[in-house]
Amino acid sequence: MTVTSDKSSGEAPEVEMVALTIDGLEVSVPKDTLVIRAAEQLGIQIPRFCDHPGLDPVGACRQCLVEVAMPDREGNVKPMPKPQASCTMTVAPGMEVKTQLTSAVADKAQQGVMELLLVNHPLDCPVCDKGGECPLQNQAMSNGRASSRFEDVKRTYPKPINISSQVLLDRERCILCARCTRFSDQVAGDPFIALVERGALQQVGIYEEQPFESYFSGNTVQICPVGALTGAAYRFRSRPFDLVSTASVCEHCASGCSLRVDHRRGKVMRRMALATPEVNEEWNCDKGRWAFTYPMLDDRFELPMVRRDGELVPVSWQEALAVAADGLRATRSAVLVGGRVGREDAYAYGKLARLALGTNDVDFRARPHSAEEERYLAEHVVGSTPETGGVTYADLDTATTVVLVGFEPEEESPIVFLRLRKAYRKAATKVFSIAPLETRGLDKLGGTLLPSAPGTETEVLQALAGDGTSEHMGSDAFAAARTALRDPGAIVLVGERLATVPGALAAAADLARSASGRVAWVPRRAGERGALDAGTLPSLLPGGRLVADQADRSEIAELWQAETELPTTPGRDTAAILESASIGEIGGLVVGGVDVDDIGHADGHEALRRAFVVSLDLRESTVTPFADVVLPVAPHDESEGSFLDWEGRPRPYRAALDTTAMADHRVLSMLADELGVFLGTRSLREVRAEMDALAPRAPQGGRTDDAGDPPSPVSVPSPGPGEMVLATWRTLLDRGTMQDGEPFLAGTAKAPRAVMSPVSAETLSIVPGDLVTVSGGGVRVTVPVHIQPMVDHVVWLPTNSESCDLRALAGQAGAVVTVTKGGAA
Amino acid sequence: MATQLTPILTKFWDHPQSWTLATYEDNEGYQALKQALTMEPADLVQMAKDSGLRGRGGAGFPTGMKWGFLPPDDGGPRYLVVNADESEPGTCKDIPLMMAAPHFLIEGVAITSFAIGCNHAFIYVRGEVVHVYRRLLRAVEEAYAAGYLGKDIQGTGYDLDVTVHAGAGAYICGEETALLDSLEGRRGQPRLKPPFPAVAGLYARPTVVNNVESIASIPPILLHGSDWFADMGTEKSQGFGIFSLSGHVKYPGQYEAPLGITLRELIDMAGGMRDPSKKLKFWTPGGSSTPIFTDRHLDVPLDFESVAAEGSMLGTRALQIFDETVSVVRAVSRWIDFYKHESCGKCTPCREGTWWLAQVLERLEHGKGTPEDIDKLVDICDNILGRSFCALGDGATSPVTSAVKYFREEFEVGCHTPWWEAFPPEASTLFNQRSVKVNA
Repeated sequence: MTVTSDKSSGEAPEVEMVALTIDGLEVSVPKDTLVIRAAEQLGIQIPRFCDHPGLDPVGACRQCLVEVAMPDREGNVKPMPKPQASCTMTVAPGMEVKTQLTSAVADKAQQGVMELLLVNHPLDCPVCDKGGECPLQNQAMSNGRASSRFEDVKRTYPKPINISSQVLLDRERCILCARCTRFSDQVAGDPFIALVERGALQQVGIYEEQPFESYFSGNTVQICPVGALTGAAYRFRSRPFDLVSTASVCEHCASGCSLRVDHRRGKVMRRMALATPEVNEEWNCDKGRWAFTYPMLDDRFELPMVRRDGELVPVSWQEALAVAADGLRATRSAVLVGGRVGREDAYAYGKLARLALGTNDVDFRARPHSAEEERYLAEHVVGSTPETGGVTYADLDTATTVVLVGFEPEEESPIVFLRLRKAYRKAATKVFSIAPLETRGLDKLGGTLLPSAPGTETEVLQALAGDGTSEHMGSDAFAAARTALRDPGAIVLVGERLATVPGALAAAADLARSASGRVAWVPRRAGERGALDAGTLPSLLPGGRLVADQADRSEIAELWQAETELPTTPGRDTAAILESASIGEIGGLVVGGVDVDDIGHADGHEALRRAFVVSLDLRESTVTPFADVVLPVAPHDESEGSFLDWEGRPRPYRAALDTTAMADHRVLSMLADELGVFLGTRSLREVRAEMDALAPRAPQGGRTDDAGDPPSPVSVPSPGPGEMVLATWRTLLDRGTMQDGEPFLAGTAKAPRAVMSPVSAETLSIVPGDLVTVSGGGVRVTVPVHIQPMVDHVVWLPTNSESCDLRALAGQAGAVVTVTKGGAA
Repeated sequence: MATQLTPILTKFWDHPQSWTLATYEDNEGYQALKQALTMEPADLVQMAKDSGLRGRGGAGFPTGMKWGFLPPDDGGPRYLVVNADESEPGTCKDIPLMMAAPHFLIEGVAITSFAIGCNHAFIYVRGEVVHVYRRLLRAVEEAYAAGYLGKDIQGTGYDLDVTVHAGAGAYICGEETALLDSLEGRRGQPRLKPPFPAVAGLYARPTVVNNVESIASIPPILLHGSDWFADMGTEKSQGFGIFSLSGHVKYPGQYEAPLGITLRELIDMAGGMRDPSKKLKFWTPGGSSTPIFTDRHLDVPLDFESVAAEGSMLGTRALQIFDETVSVVRAVSRWIDFYKHESCGKCTPCREGTWWLAQVLERLEHGKGTPEDIDKLVDICDNILGRSFCALGDGATSPVTSAVKYFREEFEVGCHTPWWEAFPPEASTLFNQRSVKVNA
């Protein structure tokens, strides 16, 4: 998006087409297309079980047999002696295929296979979760015999068995199509399930000592063509035909997966991945699939509340809004909006700040951040979309080289991870990660680690981009990365964690420029990209318009029909807002969907305690104890809106459930009314009309480069004896509040552990299995140690896992912590 | 003119130490290798083609042509893998050969490897035959010590390593791609073809997979010329082969003879039927996966074409002889039990079909069949044959369909009479030639 405009994808190479006939109908498809796919082009559905477009062909179930005739060398079309599996055979010129529709042989073969599949399949459809949406049931009806001739003994097993806390296996129902095992092996790279035994006793097995630890296990349940794999959360809960489905988008991260929300009588029963080829293909992660119970918990706010005599008491909307408006009107106020809301809601927060509160003190970053990051986002990210040349998922598919920095895709954007794995498998994409340790996720990408202690990322990036005077030049990995970067078109993916490393974001952009490649910013939260483009940053107005630019300001003021001039000076960021509030310079805070502990700022609690706090939230949160007014808002499943995924692609969602809860933008509009300002965000249509009126503006690149500070000299932390540098990021499944209420999912979260190198362990006389206590900045956690090759004198722990909350330290790149052997005394 | 035996591979099996290198060298051993190493590899491939040698593992694919399928040398490794996973019911030629004269195989491996440009060959031996495994290991050791394997063989600069690998006891691993998976350390299940092993076989490199007997035949062919070999046998099935007679013959064993010999001749050589008063009832020409023959087929020349013309396959020349005291239903039922147990489970027809066939056959065996069962058996076979992933499923249907074809009335008996009444087991015993009724 920033550096080079010419993309290789401009001119697609000529695709060789192959003409053949299927059931007498002519069709022309690209070379190497499978016969079963070619038939789909004609609307001919050949029954199938093992076949799945996202998996490598296997030809195991034999359900898709068709008759095939091929021209010989003289051009005489000769029938092949046996029926062929259409899921493994590729098309050939002049091929004549006859499916069950025109061939008695194919029809009999299919009916025969179907009868055989049912030989060992229990007739428990009446109690099976899959009943009603079962490919076996459906295809037995469409392509099977009317009745079975089997009158003998079926194979039986105890049922079901847990293969993880969230996936259950019923071996009797399994038809051994190997979709689940192939998915786990090929797509997810987690081959923790495999077929074992042989003959009719073949079955899906697990390792006895290795759990089915995969963030993508839910996909196996979804692609199982029978009811053999079921999710613990949904088992026996509902009938497919009782469910109402709403197309939606996942709210858990910036990957932007399409989802189908299945609900019944006002309650979400399950969520499934919806196929969106350009985004999540057909997959999603377990968090997106199963973490949907949080709005159904007991602590959901139903009514507005105000604090009286220290207690929050339910009041009418009228009263709550009046109290809120009075409190905000009396003082200088700021707005904190977490990265969880949709972009229309974010837009309303920004507009409220500028129009009703008269301030640019608004920030969506409820996490460690920096002024440098804000500048980077304004220059390189805002306005970047697939249309303006931004990096897309499809670009990852074909990239020659991808450099990850401050970004662990499997944990922080799982669908980006799946795409990178696909690129590695199918396009031999080389992945390099600038990080302190090689994770299993990087291993699954065939990736190479460029070892770097936290805080030294800038140095590594500069060395990669420059002539290489750095000490890093020595290693093979580094040399390989330098070589790989010589091919143009490299993609640099930076994570939000890089915000706190001085100079790193600029260095990443420089690297992309020097490698004639592109850079993309992949935030963790679903709402961050949308909030950025909606202008909820102190220096940014909607549509990438700059606060500091008179023309931009006027454009927005005109759009908003503002009666007074918009505030002219860029505002405070989240940290500055908290600091100002904690000393009383800011007296009022409008806080939407923020967990104050996520910010990791020392002044967070004091700021909330001191300020007049209007909290817009779903449930009791860390802000609630400080709130003076609580305004309930609608959760994701009950609201309509859109996210921008990391690509900048709009991902609209609709409300799955009927609700009386109001979306944030509606509540903010009422609050503004009470403040005497017309916000114009009463309905989604109103907000969207306004947002759409702004002409898209592509990122301007380094237009303020010269104005920016040169990258600060990097001060590498130097741990003393008994100290180490902390490296930390969040795991996908952790203590995040949006995973509350789903014990089966929580059961597969990775147990927290402290990872360190053998050298580091030796200095502390630590052996594998020991407990270590890590402390610093008022935080103290005790976890088991795991020793693996990594950067010495660095210890990695998850940021926010069970009994391991290091959020207070996560904000400093390379915090120095004390590490001692054994549990906390 | 009666066909004569042609003891070549079996020539010195009666030597008290037939398996040693010394014995082998006394019998022209390793002379062919020395000669081969002076030749152009391409000439060796041509020699194999000229000899007309067809794969001795059952399918009869021309061996030289298979070698010729390898793509041109790209500098990377290419492999020879010997299929010594002999597991077919009735087949017992490779195991005795490797037991009695393992150096035929090892010399053949060395020559073939040289011909195809392979520097590491593998012999995949059926895991149950530990004694054969040990003998092979010892023979390879001897060959290394004598400089027939290893680095710079016979001072020619040619290097060859041979790894003998024991399988873990799965019939499916005799299927060449399943064998390769197993050899690579995976579960033995057949691979999708293409790519064929010649293009992407072991470790995804060009690979030739040959049967033990095919490879063992190479040294004599080289030594005596392809014409010598081609003069034996019939026009399209040239050369000699080991015929394994088992069951109700006087002297069961391995009879090495030109292809085209008849069962009548072989039974004569084997001293006639075990009990001359009992008639030959049915027999397999090439193991349990080949459709059975009856006494009507005694004069069918045992070559690839003639056997195929009569509706069966030459297979591995495993002649299991059953006399009239045997229930064909019971014999077929045992074979199907084997296939049910050995089906790898990958594809539906073989996995579920053998499970079902076994139950129907068991009913018929016990006189509890229904009139529909016989047609059902045939139809299940029709749904397996040609629908399975590999030939295992196809092979499983052979005994059923051929037995129903020749002995349908016996299956009908299975609808009311248990096998022990129709075919009293004591009639088959040697110690009680006269039938004695035991009151149950």
